[in-house]
Amino acid sequence: MVDNGSVGIVETKHWRFAEPPNTLELRSGAMIGPVDVAYETYGELSPERDNAVLICHALSGDAHVAGRHGPDERKGGWWDVMVGPGKGIDTDRYFVICSNCIGGCKGSTGPSSTNPKTGRPYALDFPMVTIQDMVRVQHALVTEHLGLERLLCVTGGSMGGMQVLQWAIDYPEMVVSAVPIASCARLSAQGIAFDEVGRQAIYSDPSWNDGDYYGGEPPKRGLAVARMIGHITYLSDSSMRAKFGRNLQDREEVGYDFGPPDFQVESYLRYKGGSFVERFDANSYLYITKAMDYFDLRADYGSLINAFRNVQSRFLVVSYSGDWLFPTYQSKELVRALQANGVVTTFCELESEYGHDAFLLQDEQLSQAIREFLRHTHNVVRRTDPSEE
Amino acid sequence: MPVRLDYQMIESYVPDGAAVLDLGCGDGTLLEQLIEEKHCSGLGVDKDLAQVHRCIARGVPVYHGDMLEAMEMFEEGRFDCVVLSQTLQQTPEPARVVREMLRVGRRAIISFPNFAHWRVRFQFLLNGRMPVTTTLPYTWYDTPNIHLLTVKDFLVFCREQGLRVIDTIYLSPAFRVLPGFLANLAAGMAIFVVENDGRGEER
Repeated sequence: MVDNGSVGIVETKHWRFAEPPNTLELRSGAMIGPVDVAYETYGELSPERDNAVLICHALSGDAHVAGRHGPDERKGGWWDVMVGPGKGIDTDRYFVICSNCIGGCKGSTGPSSTNPKTGRPYALDFPMVTIQDMVRVQHALVTEHLGLERLLCVTGGSMGGMQVLQWAIDYPEMVVSAVPIASCARLSAQGIAFDEVGRQAIYSDPSWNDGDYYGGEPPKRGLAVARMIGHITYLSDSSMRAKFGRNLQDREEVGYDFGPPDFQVESYLRYKGGSFVERFDANSYLYITKAMDYFDLRADYGSLINAFRNVQSRFLVVSYSGDWLFPTYQSKELVRALQANGVVTTFCELESEYGHDAFLLQDEQLSQAIREFLRHTHNVVRRTDPSEE
Repeated sequence: MPVRLDYQMIESYVPDGAAVLDLGCGDGTLLEQLIEEKHCSGLGVDKDLAQVHRCIARGVPVYHGDMLEAMEMFEEGRFDCVVLSQTLQQTPEPARVVREMLRVGRRAIISFPNFAHWRVRFQFLLNGRMPVTTTLPYTWYDTPNIHLLTVKDFLVFCREQGLRVIDTIYLSPAFRVLPGFLANLAAGMAIFVVENDGRGEER
């Protein structure tokens, strides 16, 4: 039943807006421009323009959700298990869009982009961006560039889920359905704590140089440590036990030294940290984790119930039993507030031995839930669309 | 799970356009009918993920989890009807469940298998074994039923809890409607429509 179809070879496209004399006003009041947006699309937009699905990526994600950029690319997009022909988000049925968030480093404007005022990278002169700003940029892409009036679904996990919530709040008439996965209305103290330790690791790397390292040696060690901490929070005790246990790395016994890793789990974290610095900018890591920390729908709207006051979307809220970074109770808080507003909401908690990262792994339970939810939502749209009567 | 022929009966107690909460909603059949045919707004609650998937496929909104926890979400009187179909006897805290049903809903529709049906009584009396019947199809070691009850038990319960019994339907195991005086002996299943005392109106 599971079709492991791939969308095949894809490419990241680029769009620039807020060009002079225009600017984009951020939530902080700062003006920025021009703004580049890197995005990918898969599948075909239907003649009725009713099948667009927007995916919002998490902290370290990018526009490259599915398929491969070339025959040599080993891994494929970050959610290739979910997006493709016959998959949970079926590219034979839906027109799928994903863009790199503002503040990122994978083609959209961020701290590593050139500041038009100085001709040099922004570094810490880059204005603070919020989840709301990320959504505003996506909205510009979707409406101004892609010409869509409506999205069948906005979905994403973790920070992507935060954007999903903000989409449904800010553009209620555009979002037919919303699927936040392993997400929350505001990060817990524990979540902020891990983000802060990651940032401290970057600050403490001498190469960081108050963010001014472009053209020189980037703070690789600091960013690698931040990523290692991140990876611990994405796993769980049981998934680490199953994956590594106390297995040793390329040796028969522990070394009683501080040289190469003794244990496989150390080697894994070093590898993950090391490969991350090759593809990610440390300042982007700082900005995006701050955006997550600042996200707080309760503070913004007085209460969570009030936040969802004008929501018109139907919701599917998904959490994972093994996720201790964005625990299930946080998803239930969303459900409670949505229900209080009479929003049509389905909630399910999926079983997983894995931690927060569970939604990124092959999981037929999640694929099935999203597949059925999208199919039904699409049918409802087709049935009630006045333009088809 | 026996065929849910009680659904039709339950449907007749749900007014058009009502807001309905279905506890232990299973695959969402009842709610789908109520949404499609009676234009109700509905929410199902079920602990079983496989059932939740079926509800999603039907487009029935569903809360995956415990029914008491789900009801905690809602303010008083949020629903017109709260349905508990053949699940009361499986809940760890039936009295609390019924109280909560009548807090979040104006009317509770509760169906349950009758443990005083004569076949049940005979099996127990003659064989000395736990009864297995069409409405109680489980062996003792795999039954989800932990609070089995009889029609009489529930009538007493309603009196003790101050619940007003608006209507009752007693069904034989062949789903024929029975008169009240035969109920405790001949009903395989009972459907009660109850409201909080003093607030109910007679049908």
